[in-house]
Amino acid sequence: MSKPILITVGPGTSKVNKTGAWRTLMPVFKHDKCNDCRICVTVCPDACIFGQNNVYNANLDYCKGCGICAHECPVDDIEMVLEAK
Amino acid sequence: MAETTKKRKPKPPVTESLLTSGHRACAGCGESLGAKLVIDAAGPNTIVTTCTGCLEVFSTPYPESAWRVPWIHSLFENSSAVAAGVEAGLKALGKKEGINVIAQGGDGGTADIGIGCLSGMLERNHEVLYVCYDNEAYMNTGVQRSGLTPFDTHTTTSPSGKKSFGNQHPKKPLLEIVAAHNIPYATSATVGYPADLQLKVKKALKEKGATFIHLHVPCPLGWVYNTELTIEIARLAVQTGLFPLVEFKWGKVTRVRKITRERKPVEEYLKHQGRYRHLFASEEGKKEIKKIQAIADANIEKYGLV
Ligand SMILES: Cc1ncc(C[n+]2csc(CCOP(=O)(O)OP(=O)(O)O)c2C)c(N)n1
Ligand SMILES: [Mg+2]
Repeated sequence: MSKPILITVGPGTSKVNKTGAWRTLMPVFKHDKCNDCRICVTVCPDACIFGQNNVYNANLDYCKGCGICAHECPVDDIEMVLEAK
Repeated sequence: MAETTKKRKPKPPVTESLLTSGHRACAGCGESLGAKLVIDAAGPNTIVTTCTGCLEVFSTPYPESAWRVPWIHSLFENSSAVAAGVEAGLKALGKKEGINVIAQGGDGGTADIGIGCLSGMLERNHEVLYVCYDNEAYMNTGVQRSGLTPFDTHTTTSPSGKKSFGNQHPKKPLLEIVAAHNIPYATSATVGYPADLQLKVKKALKEKGATFIHLHVPCPLGWVYNTELTIEIARLAVQTGLFPLVEFKWGKVTRVRKITRERKPVEEYLKHQGRYRHLFASEEGKKEIKKIQAIADANIEKYGLV
């Protein structure tokens, strides 16, 4: 009997790839002037910013350090800093 | 102080995106951002087909997938044909109600090699939303020019140099070609205006026929700019008139995004991008910028953007 070829994979299984290792700059969420607008969440290409009630953070396992969140934050509450590894 | 401020109902915590983390798009990739915004606007009851290209490759390196909805890839050119089959199958089984079907592809996959399949899907008016992720070149194979690469753009197959200012063909009028199929809804959108994009996705999915979104997605690698600028550059494309936001219903323009107050000269858009660096290096280059300004002016005039 021929075996079926397994070509399907499970949903969201990409999370085994810890793309955070690519990063040189790291977003630091200052939690100072945050106005809860969630633009950072919306604009993150890696879908790795989570939180609630004016407290948001990037999941550093996946954040590639692109800096879009910091650049688009309307109240300048995110800073990109060189990460020492 | 605290007592006098009005208490707002707290928003629920941020939930996981339907295109989740761990995908291998470059840092700052506009296409991955666009795809995330599209699928999160569409919601979980969605089946997605995708052409070969960056979006397929970075989101589904076997044996993993970043998609949290049913997703299928077949060939470079046929995501529209596969989606048409998915839709027809669901209808035959009486299961189409409440399920969205989205087909997607890059600019090469859509406007060049896949335009035949796309035209068929539109002509037969399948209840499918097609999203073209336009990063203005064949990025996955190393930045070759496509029919949607703009005039005077440097790519690896339209290099700028002593004899050329880069791609000498105008950008193919993809949205008009699609709208001419007389489908219920066709629009342009951009990651530069995420809320507008997500509204358009929802609008398209309400229609009982073929719909189309031409989505502008900057590419830091191929356009040669700093990764944090993806959204700013996307906005500048709109504000200069080089990427007009226009909605068509049944082949007729029904709405445009005016740029009356935010209008900017094309240099503001070009100057951030290494793919246009050659235009700023000589007097002849500056004359070329005038030609690009003329393209923007023509768009503004044609669609009444100011
Ligand atoms: C028939 C066929 N020709 C060529 C290729 C090689 N190929 C794979 S992806 C790609 C480029 C895709 O460009 P585009 O559609 O613009 O998507 P992008 O990668 O830019 O998102 C090419 C040429 C292929 N897979 N199949
Ligand atoms: Mg492309």
